[in-house]
Amino acid sequence: MGNEPVAGGRAGDRGEPAMGNEPVAGGEPVTGREPVTGRGRLEARVGGRRGGLDFDVALELAPGEVLGVLGPNGAGKSTLLECLAGLLTPAHGHIVLDGRELLSATASGRRTVPPARRGIGLLGQEPRLFPHLTVRDNVAFGPSFGHRAARMPRSRARAQADAWLDRVGLGGLGAGRPRQLSGGQQQRVAIARALAADPAVLLLDEPLASLDAEVAPEIRRVLRDQLAATGTSALLVSHDVLDAVALADRVAVLDRGRVVESGTTAAVLQAPRTPFLAALAGVNLVAGVAVGNRVVAGACAFAGVSSQGSMRGADASPATLPDGARAAAVFRPSSVIVATSRPEGTSLRNIWRDRVAAIEPAPGGALLRFAAPALAAEVTAAALAELGVHEGDEVWLAVKASEVGVHALA
Amino acid sequence: MSTPTSARPGPAAGAAGPTGRTTRAATRPAATIPVLLWLPATIGLALLVLPLIGLVARVDWATLPADLASPEALSALRLSLITAAAAAAVCVLLGVPLALLLARAPARLAAVLRAIVTVPLVLPPLVGGIALLSLFGRTGLFGGALEAWGVRLPFTTAAVVVAQCFVALPFLVLAVEGALRASGTAEERVAATLGARPLTVFFRITVPLAAPGLIAGTVLCFARAMGEFGATALFAGNAAGTTRTMPLAIYTAFNGAGVSQGEAVALSLMLLAAALAILVLVRGWRPGASR
Repeated sequence: MGNEPVAGGRAGDRGEPAMGNEPVAGGEPVTGREPVTGRGRLEARVGGRRGGLDFDVALELAPGEVLGVLGPNGAGKSTLLECLAGLLTPAHGHIVLDGRELLSATASGRRTVPPARRGIGLLGQEPRLFPHLTVRDNVAFGPSFGHRAARMPRSRARAQADAWLDRVGLGGLGAGRPRQLSGGQQQRVAIARALAADPAVLLLDEPLASLDAEVAPEIRRVLRDQLAATGTSALLVSHDVLDAVALADRVAVLDRGRVVESGTTAAVLQAPRTPFLAALAGVNLVAGVAVGNRVVAGACAFAGVSSQGSMRGADASPATLPDGARAAAVFRPSSVIVATSRPEGTSLRNIWRDRVAAIEPAPGGALLRFAAPALAAEVTAAALAELGVHEGDEVWLAVKASEVGVHALA
Repeated sequence: MSTPTSARPGPAAGAAGPTGRTTRAATRPAATIPVLLWLPATIGLALLVLPLIGLVARVDWATLPADLASPEALSALRLSLITAAAAAAVCVLLGVPLALLLARAPARLAAVLRAIVTVPLVLPPLVGGIALLSLFGRTGLFGGALEAWGVRLPFTTAAVVVAQCFVALPFLVLAVEGALRASGTAEERVAATLGARPLTVFFRITVPLAAPGLIAGTVLCFARAMGEFGATALFAGNAAGTTRTMPLAIYTAFNGAGVSQGEAVALSLMLLAAALAILVLVRGWRPGASR
């Protein structure tokens, strides 16, 4: 995305996920692409304490690149964005945008550039349009009252705002008030307003989370198109894997204030290393220890194939894992076979018994949740009726080795 | 604040009663006020309204135009309008920043500040007048220093404005603080990330978003300044033309000096009408408010 072709990390990343996806320790920055000329090169490392969270995050953004930041609630995603925007000053850290130092915080002192002079925009979950201004004046706010260097006469700012409204599909609505617009339209205006201020980097804090499911795809497309058209670098915090896939070139996964995983979006989602990311990618992840090329977790032992092969359904080669290493088995909920009697089948190597912990509705059927190991099995409504199982019932579970991806964990 | 009850159907509305009957007509909420309380409530209301009716009844409509047009009355009215407008302006200039401080300060500091701001609200104005004299009087804390500079504040028109500010400022601060709290800081943060400097954010975002509270606060503040008597009487005195505002003119008239009692009633009627007009004005702003 952006003006640059999508390319992730170093050459060979895609083929060797074990290398490209290595979790990054707090100190090492998430590596970006090869140096490219252009605006929006961000290097940041921020750390400190906030409400019980001890965070230390380092990342880099190449010009025009979109980095997705995924992570469970409380992982420190919002804190990271606030530090970058200048709304929060971390205890220690260093932020450099296009060679300009925005923050230098050490034990001996803190120097920080205020939010208004950072050239970093912020688009949140809520559009937060200014209710007392027309839609046009909302979009014209940045060019009218923003950076002195980029400031322009009001009439020109308004003309430019109208052009922006056209670009986000709201041409002709400039004279109205924000409250006359729908939620989706308001978020379009917010996108236009953020980009009209011409930020070098745009921070996106779950920009589609508060929208209806029918509206979100359109807004996602608008956002993607406009980020690409302007070549704006962006940091996207999201809970939605679709956002990451559609918008981000790379993703970094945050957990308890640390980057625990990073790489190209495709590579990270194909071989998730944390239960959070697995849930995000809609797959089961059972972590355990490698014994004889199997992943042993409690009473279960999973045989499988090289992780990426299993997800692609091609060139599935038997996995090789160093004995005693931490490893994970990854498979889809729909790959899990549920039966009331021991299933027979030559290709079935992974078989175990567990009690149904919960039954949840799912599109076209139900998700059966199990506790040991924690995973979900997807069954059709008809299959559920035929099984006649209820919460608390014990069932047989099986999954074909060819549908299990196994990989080492750091 | 504005609509105490109604709007929501009572628990029994539309639902089948215990006897199985559906009460379709009962779209009003069930009465929740014990019957016995109607009596004190009515007496309370009468206590507030009847004196005003009594006042209106005492008005001598024949002499009213002449009473209102007397030089003394016009002078007092003019002084009241000027001083109250000046006081309201000063309160806006000082009170809005103070309200912002209250609204954005950490909870503890805000509580302390709010208590301080509220003191003049509960303090008898006479005490306020003595306090102001103790500060600016000839032997007061600042009075001596001011005297040395050739400035004498007590018993001047400026003293009237200071006394009015003292009693009216809390009204403005508390109203604006409420509005600032209600509007929050999210829009301000957005404006900052769009490149707007703090002062630009304040004038372009913070103040417009708090406008309903600011207008209501200013109007209340003006009304309180118009009615100020106690602090003014002690701190500014009662000199016709320079410090005799409407309330002081009414007091003086009632004591039989300067103006007649009929005039006092006429002036009171005018203040009452002004108060009612202000109330209507404030209520008129409310629906547009964001709270």
